[in-house]
Amino acid sequence: MSDYENPTDFENLSPNDKELQEFLMIEKQKAQVNAQIHEFNEVCWEKCIGKPSVKLDHATETCLSNCVDRFIDTSLLITQRFAQMLQKRSDSGNM
Amino acid sequence: MAAAANMEKGELISQVKQQIALANAQEMLAKMTHKCFTKCIQKPGKALDNSDQRCISQCMDRYMDAWYLVSRTYGNRLQREQYRTMDSMDMSN
Repeated sequence: MSDYENPTDFENLSPNDKELQEFLMIEKQKAQVNAQIHEFNEVCWEKCIGKPSVKLDHATETCLSNCVDRFIDTSLLITQRFAQMLQKRSDSGNM
Repeated sequence: MAAAANMEKGELISQVKQQIALANAQEMLAKMTHKCFTKCIQKPGKALDNSDQRCISQCMDRYMDAWYLVSRTYGNRLQREQYRTMDSMDMSN
């Protein structure tokens, strides 16, 4: 039972369990990346695709590529600014 | 609880991989259906006519094209962010 007290404590796991833990961690990360791609595709499809035709033209490809980068930039900016907002609040004595 | 035997571990690993692949495919299909229905079916009629079907096929292909492009762009971005993190660690030497 002690094997499962601290799931992230690798030293206490047998080699089999260690391999499974690592495998699950990697698959979880891969699944998160995939989920993110699905979200980008959903949002950027709306922004960039008018009427689906026989292929993606160059302008559409540029739009999709820019869309992903700007979405990530937006997310980073919001995270940064939100942290600043929280900092300001705690500095002025409101916790 | 005893650790999984080697054969059980192999089965477990392949089962998990299968389930993840299935979940990804389901997500893909659900989104594709939503997007392509929105693009192709303006006024729902009594059946999908030939132009509806052609539009949906084309839409599916374009959705996949977009998915691969988005996937590459994201991968490149992740790499750039990784290099940037490594650079800023070097500068602190």
